[in-house]
Amino acid sequence: MKAIKPQVGHQVGRSLPRLEAREKVTGRAEYTHLMQLPGMLQAKVLRSTVAHGRIKSIDTTDAKKIPGVFGVYTSDDIQTVIPDPYYGPAFHDQPILAIGKVHFVGEPVAAVLAADPHIAEQATQRIIAEYEELPAIFDEVEAAENKVLVHEELKPAGTFADLKHLKGRKGTNIALDFRLRRGDVDKGFASAAHVFEHTFRTQKVLHLALEPYASIADYREDGVTIYSGAQSPSFVRTEIARLLSWPENRVRVKVPYLGGGYGGKLYIKMEALAVALSMLARRPVKVALTMEEQFYTITKHPSTFRIKSGIDKDGKIIARKCEVWWNGGAYADVGPRLTQKSGFTASGPYDIDNVSIDSYALYTNLTPAGALRGFGIPQLVWAYESHTDMIARALKRDPVDFRKQNLLHDGRPQATGTILKNAAIEKVLDRIAERLNWKKPFDRGQGVVRRGRGLAVALKAVISPTTSVAVVNVAADGSATLYCGTVDMGQGSDTAMAQMVGEVLDMPAESVRVVPRDTDVTPYDMGTLGSRSLFHMGHAVRLAAEEARDKIAALRRELGEPEGSNAPLGDLFRKKYGMQAGNIVGTGIYKPDYIPPDSSGLTTNATPFWMVAGSGVELEVDTETGHVRITRLINVADVGKPINPKIVETQLSGASLMQLGFSMFEKMHVDGGQITNASLADYKIPAIHDVPPVMENMTVDAVQDNGPFGAKGVGELATFGVSPAIANAIDDAIGVRLTELPMTAESVLRGLYVKDNRPLGDD
Amino acid sequence: MSSSVRTINFTLNGRSVSVNVQPHHNVVEMLQAQFALFGARESCGQGLCGCCTVLVDGRPLSGCLYLAVFLDGTEVVTVESLAPTGKLDPVQQAFIECGAFQCGYCTPGFVLMTKALLEQTSDPDDEQIRDHLSGNLCRCGAYPEIVNAVKLAARKSKAGSTG
Repeated sequence: MKAIKPQVGHQVGRSLPRLEAREKVTGRAEYTHLMQLPGMLQAKVLRSTVAHGRIKSIDTTDAKKIPGVFGVYTSDDIQTVIPDPYYGPAFHDQPILAIGKVHFVGEPVAAVLAADPHIAEQATQRIIAEYEELPAIFDEVEAAENKVLVHEELKPAGTFADLKHLKGRKGTNIALDFRLRRGDVDKGFASAAHVFEHTFRTQKVLHLALEPYASIADYREDGVTIYSGAQSPSFVRTEIARLLSWPENRVRVKVPYLGGGYGGKLYIKMEALAVALSMLARRPVKVALTMEEQFYTITKHPSTFRIKSGIDKDGKIIARKCEVWWNGGAYADVGPRLTQKSGFTASGPYDIDNVSIDSYALYTNLTPAGALRGFGIPQLVWAYESHTDMIARALKRDPVDFRKQNLLHDGRPQATGTILKNAAIEKVLDRIAERLNWKKPFDRGQGVVRRGRGLAVALKAVISPTTSVAVVNVAADGSATLYCGTVDMGQGSDTAMAQMVGEVLDMPAESVRVVPRDTDVTPYDMGTLGSRSLFHMGHAVRLAAEEARDKIAALRRELGEPEGSNAPLGDLFRKKYGMQAGNIVGTGIYKPDYIPPDSSGLTTNATPFWMVAGSGVELEVDTETGHVRITRLINVADVGKPINPKIVETQLSGASLMQLGFSMFEKMHVDGGQITNASLADYKIPAIHDVPPVMENMTVDAVQDNGPFGAKGVGELATFGVSPAIANAIDDAIGVRLTELPMTAESVLRGLYVKDNRPLGDD
Repeated sequence: MSSSVRTINFTLNGRSVSVNVQPHHNVVEMLQAQFALFGARESCGQGLCGCCTVLVDGRPLSGCLYLAVFLDGTEVVTVESLAPTGKLDPVQQAFIECGAFQCGYCTPGFVLMTKALLEQTSDPDDEQIRDHLSGNLCRCGAYPEIVNAVKLAARKSKAGSTG
């Protein structure tokens, strides 16, 4: 065997196009919504028309008579195959089909199966469900008063150990209250020279992936195979196994590419219904929702945040009190987890000695709420970075200087008590200010169109503790295959993971095969969420590849290869096994250390890494119409060392554009619990004309010391600062402060009228 | 329903085809059920997102709204026709090089819209590109990269046609 020189070079740091790019531009990429199985039936769902009510009767007689209908099912039928059909990641509170009561408009009440989806749809309209309406609660702050109860009893799941104490709790809508006490906030306020208190609200918006939710279940006596657009295949497997009282190895979850996820497709969504219907029908069953039905599945949390800060005579923030109410809708989904984890950083990226945080997850009679690109952080940043600017303005301080005076730096304890590390907050702030030419005079305009600029910076503690496992398999010809459960929903994870394998094994990333997620084959992963995958799965992949590399080195030694030899791998296998045969398998498991918060919400290890990002905005306001035109949007993030700089840039760009929609116009309008704009005709998302004429997306020079190849997560980052940066720029332009999202032309115009002391009426 | 089945004849990606369709079936359903073509896919179901785009006589149409029976006598082009020998179309190549997609669900629609634009205008400016693509939605927000991709595709197509 002849030694050859390495020719491959670094794979990490390459701006490689996505591995699956060809499949996507040719229309051949696989998505669950488009999949068909032989013998497959299609399900259509009858949904509740009332927000809260007792089910008096469900008459399916006429629906069953329609030719072509295979079957019509209610919870009575579901319970013949799954006796306790409640599911959910934090609480087992969500029934597959409503049992006894309905808790929100759009809740699934009955399902029809037919080979032809038109027939199934037609039949759902012939089901007659009657309800006895009950008082309903929609506002998160009112829900905390517990005057109207959404559920009689709380049913926490065993998934998260720290929720167990909530089991059986009655008479409350509070699914979780996270409490943090650091220093003495009252003393802080007492000694403050200035105290400011403001309240901010965010609206109900949704993920609106262009591939709506879809799951297919194929139940057999010895096992069930589920095809699903799911962000957490391992969780789906565990949860379905629990519902069926089966071992996990009889449940197989296969996940093709996702047509968008953004947190919506996390945990368990349509999978349980598909499995139950397949058990009843003994046929493969597809539950593929329409765009409208997405409005009745999962949304972002609306929130109310009351924030109060005490400032000393030198401009230092010495006390901050945060009260956050999260509107979780009718079922908890991951709301309690979000309430706690985002609670860690509710006081923002500032060094404050006295902090008090109360964060409440509330049940209401609305579509359930879950994670949406930020795990609660964008709602918090909206409040604390608007608040920060309002204080700076009131104190006649420059908003950048005021922030810099109070920023949290590496080596200092964050509100939880965890010491900040590898969090380039000041670098991010400085870069935004530099790109905005902050020190230079800014022309705010005269006359009708006024101009303004604003910025915001944010901090997030990535969710912890979570586990990822990966396997790297080197075949006898030297080619490598990666088995990992991270779901590529557009963020480019397959490509980044392949780059890490290539880096370790010294081979081109393009040559690494990444196996599509299949729980029969790909090992455990907690889920593709909260920007955790590049770090956690990245480590598992790195460890797996390193183990494979070490085994290859051992094989070289065993075969008597000279030190430093890099004879082709295929030659080694042939020498060892006498032919092209054998495998080298490396495995990697990663779970970071974590210390749960104590009863005061404090911990010395809240997170394995801090996420840091911010945005800067320049805009124009038409003072006659209230129309806001964003002329420049700058997103800056600390991502450690980017694995794939081009994909990082597009992630930042895309996240900020999504948040632009949440900031300026997206809103689910709810009237008496009814969503009145549940379609793309009435619910607008950003389109190409909404893109600001100038966008800059960049990372600061940074390294995450404990990250794989110095990297950390990206996906959510550019959602954080966009909304408050816009609000701060609007204030800068016209002196109107908006405290509620979205910032529509109407709200801007109303603000201008209020400023002129002639407020507009409601009609 | 079956009593009103109609037989239609049209050209699909260059081949003459004949197919029986139900009057209520839209173009997407027909292409998926009868030709196993999934590049055009329904998302919003209201002709507002462009995921279901197909070219009919060179004109982009929303396949989720357009009834299959109306295709009788037309020439239909779907994304599947663009790389007949495996060699990607310059538009597809440009989308890859510019990173003009993330999840990819909307991509076939954008690719076909770009094909249609470049048929009319070989060298579109930013405003023309944005106007032409304003009916296509990308929830991942890859719009800046898409605009770049259209411009690159225009350059590639020109180079291809002259060289």
